[in-house]
Amino acid sequence: MLKLTDISAGYGAFQALWGINLEVKTGEAVAVVGPNGAGKTTLLRVISGQIAPISGQIIFEERNLKDLAPHQFVEEGIAHCPENRRLFPKLTVEENLKMGAFIPSARNDYANRLIWVYQLFPQMLERRHQLAGTLSGGEQQMVAIGRALMSKPKLLLLDEPSAGLAPVIVMHVFDLVRRIREEGFTVLIVEQNIQQVLELVDRAYLLEVGTVKLDGTAEELKNNEFLRQAYMGL
Amino acid sequence: MALFDFFLLEAIINGILFGGVLALLALGLNLVFGVVDVIWIAYAELVMSGMYIIYTLHITWGWPLLLAAPMAIVGVGLMGLVVHRLIIAPILDTPPINQLLATGGLLFFLQNFATLIFGADFRNIGLSLPILQIFELYISFSRLLSFGAAVLGMIGLYLFLSRTYIGTAIRAVAQDREIMSLMGVNTKKVYLITSALAGAMAGLAAILLVLQQDVHPFIGFSFGPITFMICVMGGLGNLIGGFFAAFIISQIISIGSFYGSTELSYVIAFVLFIIVMFIRPQGIFKRNT
Repeated sequence: MLKLTDISAGYGAFQALWGINLEVKTGEAVAVVGPNGAGKTTLLRVISGQIAPISGQIIFEERNLKDLAPHQFVEEGIAHCPENRRLFPKLTVEENLKMGAFIPSARNDYANRLIWVYQLFPQMLERRHQLAGTLSGGEQQMVAIGRALMSKPKLLLLDEPSAGLAPVIVMHVFDLVRRIREEGFTVLIVEQNIQQVLELVDRAYLLEVGTVKLDGTAEELKNNEFLRQAYMGL
Repeated sequence: MALFDFFLLEAIINGILFGGVLALLALGLNLVFGVVDVIWIAYAELVMSGMYIIYTLHITWGWPLLLAAPMAIVGVGLMGLVVHRLIIAPILDTPPINQLLATGGLLFFLQNFATLIFGADFRNIGLSLPILQIFELYISFSRLLSFGAAVLGMIGLYLFLSRTYIGTAIRAVAQDREIMSLMGVNTKKVYLITSALAGAMAGLAAILLVLQQDVHPFIGFSFGPITFMICVMGGLGNLIGGFFAAFIISQIISIGSFYGSTELSYVIAFVLFIIVMFIRPQGIFKRNT
């Protein structure tokens, strides 16, 4: 579904990614793990078109996305749930979801999708008229994921959905991601919570200072001596 | 009841009616600032252009006023679009001082262009609406009409911003412009629509002012500075804050003129503005779009 070949990217003079190769197949859940500053968020930003790569190719569903404007990536079927959730704090929960359904195909099906997302996250229904800024962190994460789902993406990008949440809530959020997988969505998730995320995905990539250090199935990485020592403290 | 009280009441009512038009002006300016993050220094001159559009269509070309007036909304709306596309968009990512200078340049351009075409004379559309008398109160019908239309315009804007997709997107851009592309929203398009909308509001304000005042190339100076003051006082970009600040300022001017003179009331209003800026530089009302 998604294939990155030799992607390099950065911000101005600062280069964050060096020759990344990465693949996500239809129906898969793939994690990108690694320490702070490894370039994980930059990688997602490249995939959702927020920054153009310096070099390399992004092929999505057999199409090269090189010439698309940032806002056109959603219509191609890539939804990005950004770091720190980034809800519109002074819009209600439902208005936030409405913004997730801005593209024409989603707009025409808005009423159905709203019901579908509320079925997926019943808690949101109770809060639908509340301003998003007044929700708890866990609830905000739920709305942020729901907002990304409103466009019914082929590929869902999740950037650190567990960041800044209490451990109990983190488990809850990972449960949500599991449910989204069961709905048949293809997911690419960035996480620092390596142990937990490896329980959730099929494959994973370890990013270190802008390059892929390791990759393999979740089982392989769980048993990898380097990863266990350096990142899991085992 | 003493006659004196009726005059004061009249001043207060006139203040409220004047406040409606000021609130409309502040709303348009705040909308552009909140969404596009640019201050249109020439906003009052867009209103002046709208007044000349009505004057030209109605007086020079002989169109009926009911047809000429809406053309100010269309015409100035288009001007808003052009201002954004030609002047703002190319320098949107440069330091704000450039945008101030560019729209400041537009101010002088429009003033001098109007002088070139129409001369510096005061012109009016030759319409005199009746004065209403309620007991001892005399209220000008044109002010009442202006107030009503301003309120309708603001309700219309409110409904647009709260009920439609693009309206919700306009409010969303004001809160987090960077992630709008993740929603599949083209921010450039939202900026254009917002600019057209703000232009249309200036056009509506032009209709309301042309009913009450003569138009001349420098008329913008009589309400431009005060509109900025209202926006800053209410918290730049804060639509609701600007709305209330408009009525506070219009009351000060109206009651101040009643007890002293118009000039004195403007002095009081600006002194109050400076005091507010010392105490609450972010405006009386916290920013809230």
